[in-house]
Amino acid sequence: MIVRISGEGQFELADGAVERLNTLDNDAVAAVEAGEEARFADLFGQIVALIRAEGRPLADDDLRGSDVIVPPSDTSFDEARHEFSGDGLIPD
Amino acid sequence: MAGLTGRFSTVVKAKISKLLDRAEDPSETLEYSYQKQMELLQNVKKGLADVVTAKKRLQLQSQKLEQQVVKLDTQARQALAGGNEALARTALERKGTIQAELQGLDGQIAELESQQQSMTENQAKLQSKIEAFRSKKEVIKAQYSAAEAQVRISEAATGVGEEMADVGLAMQRALDKTENMRARAQAVDELEKAGAFEDLTQLGAGEDDIDRQLKELSSGTQVDSELEQMKAELAAGGGNAGELGSGEQGGQSA
Repeated sequence: MIVRISGEGQFELADGAVERLNTLDNDAVAAVEAGEEARFADLFGQIVALIRAEGRPLADDDLRGSDVIVPPSDTSFDEARHEFSGDGLIPD
Repeated sequence: MAGLTGRFSTVVKAKISKLLDRAEDPSETLEYSYQKQMELLQNVKKGLADVVTAKKRLQLQSQKLEQQVVKLDTQARQALAGGNEALARTALERKGTIQAELQGLDGQIAELESQQQSMTENQAKLQSKIEAFRSKKEVIKAQYSAAEAQVRISEAATGVGEEMADVGLAMQRALDKTENMRARAQAVDELEKAGAFEDLTQLGAGEDDIDRQLKELSSGTQVDSELEQMKAELAAGGGNAGELGSGEQGGQSA
């Protein structure tokens, strides 16, 4: 599966890693909703670290789209909170 | 397929898709318009130039503030050596305020530096994708019927479109940050205009607004301990004001 870290690039990840990624992702959102900044920072750090460690960077001339896109690695707690408030999950 | 259910990534993916929907059909754009591709790359370059300009401005300010810290430290020593403790205190209070400002600036310069770095990488990546697409398109056209080729070209264009949308997001984010920093740079300029950097020896006896603000802002205990330290140094050095006034810069590294 192809995962993009927004602002950084694409990586190819094995399905097992993607499952762990999903768990971390949902836990990170739960931390945002609970207002737990430190926990969010820790979980989001794990997400980015997992992708970089286990993913194989896609060549720049590879034209495949991503299955998963995670936010930029320097996403702040405030930015994350903003994503999950107000307009709801998917604003339109 | 293993889940695409992570909520965080779902939101980001939706955002990118929305950008893609709003944009012109990437396959059309990429297929027919060399000019469009170049425009996009030019935009990224322009964004990059904005970031560099903002960084340079902050660096200049940072240098100015550093000089000011040295100057105020020297002035505090001179004032103390001349027996004017109140003036020395004011100088140290200003120094504290400026040092705090300086710290903030240095952090922002570092942040802009990393923005610049990642935008440069993004730009290179996008350029590679566009070039790969252009050559792949020719290969596809040569191998398939017109209808089939159109489908395959569209597929390939999706990947480039995603890259474009992501570079667009990254650029917007970088520019927003740059905008915030511009506001901060402006604030420092205004502080300067308001006289915070003026030569203390030219100040009258009366306190102005800035003096009062500075007192509120600066930490009294920090100033007290610096004053004590200077007094001790003066006592140890025999209190020769002429020597001390000649630019001892002990406070700079503090």
